[in-house]
Amino acid sequence: MPVYNLMVNGKSLSVQAEPDTPLLWVLRDELNLVGTKFGCGIGQCGACTVHIDGTATRSCLLQISSLEEVKITTIEGLSEDGSHPVQVAWKENDVPQCGYCQAGQIMTAASFLNTNTTPSQSEIREAMSGNLCRCASYNRIEKAVADAAEKLA
Amino acid sequence: MKKQIKNTFSRRGFIRTSALASGGMLIGFNFLTACKDEVKPPVDIANLNFNDFNAYIKIADNGYVTIFSPNPEIGQGVKTSMPMIVAEELDVPWEHVHVEQAGLDTDKYRGQVAGGSQSIRQNWDVLRQTGATAKQMLVNAAAAKWQIDASEVSAKDGIITSKSGETLGYGDVVKEAAALEVPENVTLKEPKDFKIIGNDALNVDLNKIVTGKPLFGLDYKKDGMLIASVMRPPAFGQTLKGFDDTETRKINGVIDVVQFGDKIAVLAKNTWSAMKGKKVLKANWEDNALESTEKHNELLLGLLNSSEGEVRREDGNVDKAFAEADRIIDRIYESPFLPHNCMEPMNFYADVTSDKIQLAGPIQTPEGTANRVANLLNRAPEEVEVELTRMGGGFGRRLYGDFALEAAEISNKAGKPVKLVYSREDDMNAGIFRPAIKYRISAALKDGKVTGYKLKEAAINSNMYGLIPNFFPAGAIPNLKIESANYQSNITTGAWRAPYTNFLAFAEQSFFDEVAEALNQDPVQLRLDLLDNVDEGADDRIEYSASRMKEVIKLAAEKGDWNNTPEGIYKGFSAYYSHNTHVAEVTEISIQNGKPKVERVTAAVDCGIVINPTGANNQVVGGVLDGIGHAMYGDFTFDAGKPSASNFDTYRLIRMNETPKVAVHFIDSEIAPTGLGEPGLPPAGGAVANAIKAATGKRLLKQPFTKYLAETESEVIG
Repeated sequence: MPVYNLMVNGKSLSVQAEPDTPLLWVLRDELNLVGTKFGCGIGQCGACTVHIDGTATRSCLLQISSLEEVKITTIEGLSEDGSHPVQVAWKENDVPQCGYCQAGQIMTAASFLNTNTTPSQSEIREAMSGNLCRCASYNRIEKAVADAAEKLA
Repeated sequence: MKKQIKNTFSRRGFIRTSALASGGMLIGFNFLTACKDEVKPPVDIANLNFNDFNAYIKIADNGYVTIFSPNPEIGQGVKTSMPMIVAEELDVPWEHVHVEQAGLDTDKYRGQVAGGSQSIRQNWDVLRQTGATAKQMLVNAAAAKWQIDASEVSAKDGIITSKSGETLGYGDVVKEAAALEVPENVTLKEPKDFKIIGNDALNVDLNKIVTGKPLFGLDYKKDGMLIASVMRPPAFGQTLKGFDDTETRKINGVIDVVQFGDKIAVLAKNTWSAMKGKKVLKANWEDNALESTEKHNELLLGLLNSSEGEVRREDGNVDKAFAEADRIIDRIYESPFLPHNCMEPMNFYADVTSDKIQLAGPIQTPEGTANRVANLLNRAPEEVEVELTRMGGGFGRRLYGDFALEAAEISNKAGKPVKLVYSREDDMNAGIFRPAIKYRISAALKDGKVTGYKLKEAAINSNMYGLIPNFFPAGAIPNLKIESANYQSNITTGAWRAPYTNFLAFAEQSFFDEVAEALNQDPVQLRLDLLDNVDEGADDRIEYSASRMKEVIKLAAEKGDWNNTPEGIYKGFSAYYSHNTHVAEVTEISIQNGKPKVERVTAAVDCGIVINPTGANNQVVGGVLDGIGHAMYGDFTFDAGKPSASNFDTYRLIRMNETPKVAVHFIDSEIAPTGLGEPGLPPAGGAVANAIKAATGKRLLKQPFTKYLAETESEVIG
C-alpha cells in the first residue's frame, strides 16, 4: 500500500492507505481524528466537512491520493481548546442537541465567515444549507453564526 | 389549578425503587479529581473500597460531585437534566458537578430507556429522593461528628452548618455519611427554593461536541476490532440464494466474509475496505412476496371503507348522532412510510467470547437489547455488558436493537471483536420505518355543534397505542368512536418520534379546522368550546387535562397574535396533547413564488416544571422544525419491495434556508415535570396545513405537502 504525506492540523503525517481512500476514513480510522463525522458518504449532509487550504470541503469525497500538497484542518485543529470564535458562539448558544452534525456545521461556518465577515441573515441561511441537522437545531446554528460574525468583526 | 409536585407513583413502588437505589449506590471519598472531565469511573467499581450510598452520586474529599446519568442520551438532553435534579436536592453548586454516563446496570437503576419522552417524568421522584437522601445522610454524619441533634444542622451549596456556626464540607463527612443507615422520610425542597432546576444549564457534553472529541458509537474503538459492513436483501420479501465473494476477498484490508441468515458481513481492518468489499460482493436473491405502496394504498383504503376493525373507544350513540346530523364532514388523510435518518448511521460494537459478551454503542433500550443478544446466542443475560455511548440521534430507531444483534452474531461467527457500521444506504433501507397510515375522520354537526365523531385508522403492521383513543377529542364530544385496523406487511415498521401522533395530530387538527369553517367558528374558539365540554375527572381513562390544554391554547393564541394577521401572512392553529405534555402552536406562512414558506411558529407548552430552560427550548424548537420538515418533504414509498430513496440526494430533509423562527413559551408551573423530546412535533404539521388552507383555500389531505401540492397545483395557486 502506498504511503502519503499529509499536512493535518499543522503537523506532517505519513499514512499508509489505498489511493482511493476518502480523507474522512483516513482521519477517522488511521489518524484517530474522529471529530469529522460520517453522515452520507456522497457529499449531501456536510457532517464530514473539513478545511482544505482554509475552504470548507466534504472529506467523504476527497481521495487521499489528491491531498499531498494541501493543508488539511479538522475540527480538532480549528483551535486547541474550543476557543475559536465560532466554537465559543456555539457554546454560548448551547446549540447542540445530539451533537453529531455540529463539527461539520462549525467547520462550514468558520470557512464561510472567513470569506464573508459581515453576512446578512439570508447569506447565513444559504451558506449553512448544505449541512443537515436531523435534530433541527437550525435556529440556534443561525444565531451562533451571526454571533460568531460579530466576534470576528 | 391543583398543584401536584409529585407524580402519581404508588408509594409501594417508590419505596422499592429507593431501596434498590440505596443498595447499589456509591459515594466515593477519595476522588480528588472527580470533577475533571477526563476522569473515568473505575473500571472494576465493585472491588473498590466504597461505602454504599447512592447509585447516582460520588463525592470527593474536596466536595466535588460526580453524578451518574442513568438513561441513554440521544440528544434529548437527559444527560444534563437528570443530574440537575439530583444536584438540586443534594444541594451542591452545579459548577461542582461532573456528569458521567452510567452503563447498563439493572441492580442499581431501573428503566434505563430513552423512549416515549419518559426519562424525566418517570425518574423525577427517584432522582429528587436520591439527592435529598444523600444530603440528609451528610447532615446526619456532621451532626454525629459535632455530637448534636441533626435538627440543629443544615446544608446548602455543598456546605453543612451547625446552629452554632460550625461548618463542614460534604467531602469532609462523606466517608462517615456513607456508612450510616439510609433515612426513609427525607424532606424534599419546595419548588420556590429551587436553585438549579429552572435555570439554564449548558449541555454537559458541549465542549467535547464542539471540539470533536470521541463521544458517539461510531467513534468507539477497541484494539483488534474489525469493521463489519453488511449486505442485506435489497428488497423486502427477498431471501439470499447464494453469493460470490471472490472479488471481495481481493480487496486489501478485507479479512473475512461471514454469512448469517439472509445477510452477508464483510469484515475488514478499516471502514473503507469493508465498504469496498461489500460493493464488489455478488449475491443472488430470491423474490418472494414483494410489496408496493400502490398495493398498500388500495389495501388501507379498503380497510377504511370496510367494517373490519377493532373498536378502541366508544362513547354515546355514534350512529344516532350521524343519523340526526344537519351536516356530516368526512375526510381521509394519508401518510407515507418514513425512515428515521439519524445523522449517526446505525452501528454497534460486539465482542463475543466464551467468558462474556461485551457490547458498546448507541442504543435507546440497553436492557432489552442485552436480553435479546443473550437469547440469540443462548447465553445468560448476566454475561452481557453494555456500555452506552452518546447517540447521534434516535427518533425511535435506536429502540430496536437489530443492529446490536447483528454485531453480536457477526462477532460470534467470526470469533473477533467487531464494530458493525451501516452506510447511509444501509441505514435508510435496512428497515424499521414509520408505518404508512391512513385515517378516515367524520364529524356529525347539528345546531352549530359537533355531536358525533368517528375516527378509523388503517395502518401497516400496527395500530395506535392504547392511550391514544383517550386523547382529545375523547371526553369533548358525546358520541365518539375510535377504530383501528391493520394490514400485516413484510416491511418492518416501528416507533418514529411521537409514534402515530406524528401524523394523527395533523389529520385531526386539520379536520377540526375544517369543522370550525363549517360551523363558521374561529378555530381557536372551537377548540376552547369543545374543551369546555370535558368534565374533568369524570372519566379517568381521559389522558389529557382540558384545563391545561385550554391554557396552552390561550397562551399560543396570545403570543402568536392569532387575531391579527399582517398583509401577506396567513396563520394556522393546532393544539395537541401527547407524551403527558400539552402543546399549542400558531404557524405563519407566506406565499413566495407560488409556494408556501413557513415564516414563524409560536408554541405554548405545558410540561409542568421546566428543569432546564435552554434544553427544553431546544427540544421544542427541534420538534417543531422536525414536524414541519417531514410534513412538507418526507416521502418514502416502495416498489417491488424496494424503497424509493436511499440517501440524502433522493430523500429530502429540511434545511436551514427552509426553516422558520420558532418562539417557545412555557406555562409557569409547579406540577411535576413531563417529557419534551416528542410533544412539540405532533401539532406542527397541522398548523402548517391550516395556514396553507388560509393562504390558498386548499385543504391538505396527504403528506408530504410539497408532493400533494404539486400533484394538485392547478387547483391551488395560479
